[in-house]
Amino acid sequence: MSFPILTATAVLPAVGAIATAAVPAARRTAAKWTALLFSLGTLVLAGVVLARFEPGGDRYQLTESHAWIADFGVRYELGVDGIGVVMVALTALLIPFVIAAGWNDADPLEAGSRRWRPTQGFFALILMVEAMVILSFEATDVFLFYILFEAMLIPMYFLIGGFGDRAHAGTEEHAAAQRSYAAVKFLLYNLVGGLIMLAAVIGLYVVAGSFSLSEIAAARASGELEMATTTERLLFLGFFFAFAVKAPLWPLHTWLPNAMGEATAPVAVLITAVVDKVGTFAMLRFCLQLFPEASQWATPVIVVLALVSIVYGALLAVGQRDIKRLVAYASVSHFGFIVLGIFVMTSQGQSGATLYMVNHGLSTAALMLVAGFLISRRGSRLIADYGGVQKVAPVLAGTFLIGGLATLSLPGLAPFVSEFLVLVGTFSVYPVAGIVATTGIVLAALYTLVLYQRTMTGPVKEELRAMPDLKARELAVVAPLIALLLFLGVFPKPVTEIVNPAVEHTMSDVQKQDPRPEVEAAK
Amino acid sequence: MENLIALLVAAPLLGAVVLLLGGRRLDGTGHLLGTVLAAASFVVGAVLFADMLGKGAEERTLTSTLYSWIPVEGFQADVAFRLDQLSMTFVLLITGVGTLIHLYSIGYMEHDERRRRFFGYLNLFLAAMLLLVLADNYLLLYVGWEGVGLASYLLIGFWQHKPSAATAAKKAFLVNRVGDVGLSIAIMLMFTTFGTFAFGPVLSSVDGASEGTLTAIGLMLLLAACGKSAQVPLQSWLGDAMEGPTPVSALIHAATMVTAGVYLIVRSGAIFNAAPDAQLAVVIVGAVTLLFGAIVGCAKDDIKKALAGSTMSQIGYMVLAAGLGPIGYAFAIMHLVTHGFFKAGLFLGAGSVMHGMNDEVDMRRYGGLRRYMPVTFVTFGLGYLAIIGFPGLSGFWSKDKIIEAAFAYDDGVRGWIFGGVALLGAGITAFYMTRVMIMTFFGEKRWQPDAEGNPPHPHESPKSMTIPMIVLAFGSVFAGGFFAVGDRFVNWLAPVTEFEHPHPVISVPAITTATVVVLLAGAAVAWAMYGRRPVPVEAPRGSLLTRAARRDLYQDDVNHVVLVRGGEHLTRSLVYVDHTLVDGVVNGTAAGFGGLSGRLRRLQNGYARSYAVSMFGGAAILVAATLLMRAV
Amino acid sequence: MNPVNYLYLAALLFTIGATGVLIRRNAIVVFMCIELMLNACNLALVAFSRMHGNLDGQIIAFFTMVVAAAEVVVGLAIIVSLFRSRHSASVDDASLMKL
Repeated sequence: MSFPILTATAVLPAVGAIATAAVPAARRTAAKWTALLFSLGTLVLAGVVLARFEPGGDRYQLTESHAWIADFGVRYELGVDGIGVVMVALTALLIPFVIAAGWNDADPLEAGSRRWRPTQGFFALILMVEAMVILSFEATDVFLFYILFEAMLIPMYFLIGGFGDRAHAGTEEHAAAQRSYAAVKFLLYNLVGGLIMLAAVIGLYVVAGSFSLSEIAAARASGELEMATTTERLLFLGFFFAFAVKAPLWPLHTWLPNAMGEATAPVAVLITAVVDKVGTFAMLRFCLQLFPEASQWATPVIVVLALVSIVYGALLAVGQRDIKRLVAYASVSHFGFIVLGIFVMTSQGQSGATLYMVNHGLSTAALMLVAGFLISRRGSRLIADYGGVQKVAPVLAGTFLIGGLATLSLPGLAPFVSEFLVLVGTFSVYPVAGIVATTGIVLAALYTLVLYQRTMTGPVKEELRAMPDLKARELAVVAPLIALLLFLGVFPKPVTEIVNPAVEHTMSDVQKQDPRPEVEAAK
Repeated sequence: MENLIALLVAAPLLGAVVLLLGGRRLDGTGHLLGTVLAAASFVVGAVLFADMLGKGAEERTLTSTLYSWIPVEGFQADVAFRLDQLSMTFVLLITGVGTLIHLYSIGYMEHDERRRRFFGYLNLFLAAMLLLVLADNYLLLYVGWEGVGLASYLLIGFWQHKPSAATAAKKAFLVNRVGDVGLSIAIMLMFTTFGTFAFGPVLSSVDGASEGTLTAIGLMLLLAACGKSAQVPLQSWLGDAMEGPTPVSALIHAATMVTAGVYLIVRSGAIFNAAPDAQLAVVIVGAVTLLFGAIVGCAKDDIKKALAGSTMSQIGYMVLAAGLGPIGYAFAIMHLVTHGFFKAGLFLGAGSVMHGMNDEVDMRRYGGLRRYMPVTFVTFGLGYLAIIGFPGLSGFWSKDKIIEAAFAYDDGVRGWIFGGVALLGAGITAFYMTRVMIMTFFGEKRWQPDAEGNPPHPHESPKSMTIPMIVLAFGSVFAGGFFAVGDRFVNWLAPVTEFEHPHPVISVPAITTATVVVLLAGAAVAWAMYGRRPVPVEAPRGSLLTRAARRDLYQDDVNHVVLVRGGEHLTRSLVYVDHTLVDGVVNGTAAGFGGLSGRLRRLQNGYARSYAVSMFGGAAILVAATLLMRAV
Repeated sequence: MNPVNYLYLAALLFTIGATGVLIRRNAIVVFMCIELMLNACNLALVAFSRMHGNLDGQIIAFFTMVVAAAEVVVGLAIIVSLFRSRHSASVDDASLMKL
């Protein structure tokens, strides 16, 4: 038996979490380095997985399978397809940045404060989340996936509720109340989704007699497993609801601005760039593969919801006064694009959606982390408290602008490629939806540039005169992200190459073909 | 030779990267590096041009595919370049004028502490603009298209500490984004119609597509062109864009970037030829804009804004010509090139005047400068004669051809209408340019001290600034004649853009005579109004039309009320809806459960005896239920 | 003697015990009433055992006695410590276990 590399990618951060938590309380720096080293180790393992994955090979590779709860047919089954392997790599890539960016976020508050900040806990929880998210991208057993999908809420709950943003307009008590509201809202929202999914998971087992994704998919494809139309639709809705909460899709999005606003910037990145991706990823893997007919049945409604998300999220982003909430609503808009790409069911749409998951992770991380650095300098999240930062901290302003330009999908930066693919994929089957979604690019420019103008340009505010520019650690966090955004913008081939075969599989699952062009162009 | 094409883009791109990442170490030498790389790009362009001239007319197109950019099932977008006569023309214009303006900026930006960054942005602009004109498919063109938009954003807002500059930059980018939606949709339409968006396959298989589709593509391309080229209804950003440093106005907002829309239309000629309705729309937009810009230009007292109005108007001419189809494409590009010379020259002249006048832009505070700035006066004057179309100078050759072609549109009423508009525009051009000329260089000195109370000491600008102005003045004088003699320019472009000889509704000599008469009349009116009477330092209230023109014919006000105010209300109400309705449902559900459990918890009163009662009650019910079940 | 009469007696005792639990406040009395109910059950179990002619009921009665003994130990200890802390053996005074 070969080395279980997929298990290792999840076990390593889990061990890291325990090791970090075990570091004595006084030695904070040691705990930070432990966490960073383990996350880097995971990145190396993810790199090995990526290298061993053969794009043209079997659909699921590096598989592992062990009996777990034999009585219910629950197995510990892992395997990655092109989409899963990319998501694993993205997660492993982002966590070291999250840890490095949050280096001082969990330090004790000023001496004499009664608030206690367990540094070890903060980093251990981040690594816990990483372990669970990575394993959920690898799980090919529905029950195993469900458990991870729910279990990752626990460390996230503590990260949001226990380690809030220090920059807060209200008093300490008010901040604590807001924080716990956000954390509880996050938890309850996702638990309700998870509960409905649990019902669907059990229903699936009753109908199919198995939890194994590959077995069920094979049985469905060969016609051995027939599902009544209503049953399939109900099961689909059960799964989709949970993923739509996590993604989040309008109108189930309201937990995201609270959670991202109250959490520290690195945790906000963890939420939107890593954990939320499990939702969109699961739509691709479970909804389309297990319930192809029901997915097509629901497509019109989901496309409309996705369009509403795009436009609504962008408009609300324009109206925000809080930098982090603005980024959260921008993310709602971007998740609309991802869901749109998944459900229009064209090759371009799905490749675009997968790329979008990666690129959105990178661009939001860049923008949000720089915003976090900015906020930590001034101690305020309100846009109105800034102005003229460009003059005192040009590097910070420059990186912020690049993050913003990535968010508005400027050609040359990675998000453009994915956004355009999604738009083209949408337009070729639903022209009107394509046009509506395209207006999102104007709104994206509006909220980004308004944010940049209000915070970075104009006369320097008096309170900001002494603001320092980015420090070496901060630059080390942002620079690689920007480099990746540029690289994938001009040369996305390394990712598309891995993703394309997986998209072909999904397209054949749903038995869809790309529309032919009207005119066969002369070559 | 093909490999050199990438070098054209790479040289300024390298400059941008080095200058922007280099940090303060390059503060001393950055501007030289930027200028050298721009010049290097020009030299490469010249080498390619020489090579092209050595080949037969039909074999001049060079293509070079670097790599596959977005390889996705059914979707092939390559990073590929295409250098033909049309792009060659642009390459020479962009790198030539670009290099001159780099040179000029060395002097103009001498006292700016962020000069290195300025040159980085200029290099970035050159790279993006070259990418735009060299791309072999619409998607790569889109990259250049937005790239120049970004460079324009950065340069308009270069003096970011001024809120007006930051606002103008944002406005320019946003209005351009509206146009970009058009380009985006056009590309998507091409993809669904032809399965590709590379120039060759799309333009050669136009015949297979329905006219409706082609009209839609054409209209979307026109929307894109309107945004980038400041055509009505997306023209509002150009006037504000004058907040940027003057070399930027000369290079980006006069000579090159704003003409990208004309390039797009001419490049997509095959599509427009097959969609007459789209062509009519292009002609109308061009005609409306040429009058709009001219009228606005008449009323502005800010020298740069007056020139911006003029730019809008001249691009209106080009768009008009491009909409005429094969009879106009070549003339649109010819006017574009000559305009590139004289308008860049005029802006540099304006910059030189501002440089000597403590950055004063109000022409009412100039006057009599011809003695103090002789070189600026002469070069500006030659540019002035060129733009009004004085016989023999560049503008005469190119604009006159456009007027002729406009009279030839559709052999009937349309010819009269659009020909008439073009002719009228020539008269207004002569009026407002004469006004600028007189108010700046002639008449009384109306100089005012600046905000700090320093009176201006007008002086001639340094060599690095005057040399580019002189070179451009040469172009303003001779380029048009050189192009027009023996139809040189038309023959050069003919293999790329189809060409047909226009047949105007009235004879060509009559049109030429009418043009000259109209321009002399316009100049005479301006002289009567501003040359014979003293110009007041404070602007008089003016007629209704003047006041409207000063405010850009109220277009900004309409935008403000409809889009800005409307948008603010929309977002504000949506924020409210999100908070009260969408989140309200969530919080309401939570509160509902909270209330329910509040009721239920009253049962937990802590009295052991009351718990015992419920136990006994429950047991009794269970027993009763069991007995009842048995009885049934 | 007719074994049904024992059941009547058991029912009577159980009812007296239940009523006592419900209406008396003194913890000791409540406690004794619970014992009464348990013993009523025991009586019924033994009577059933006799009626059916097997030992099942008697065995369960023994279990009940063991549980009752254990209950007395824990219960009396609680009542004693309750009385020590608040000088009252009223069950209504000990009503803090509520939301």
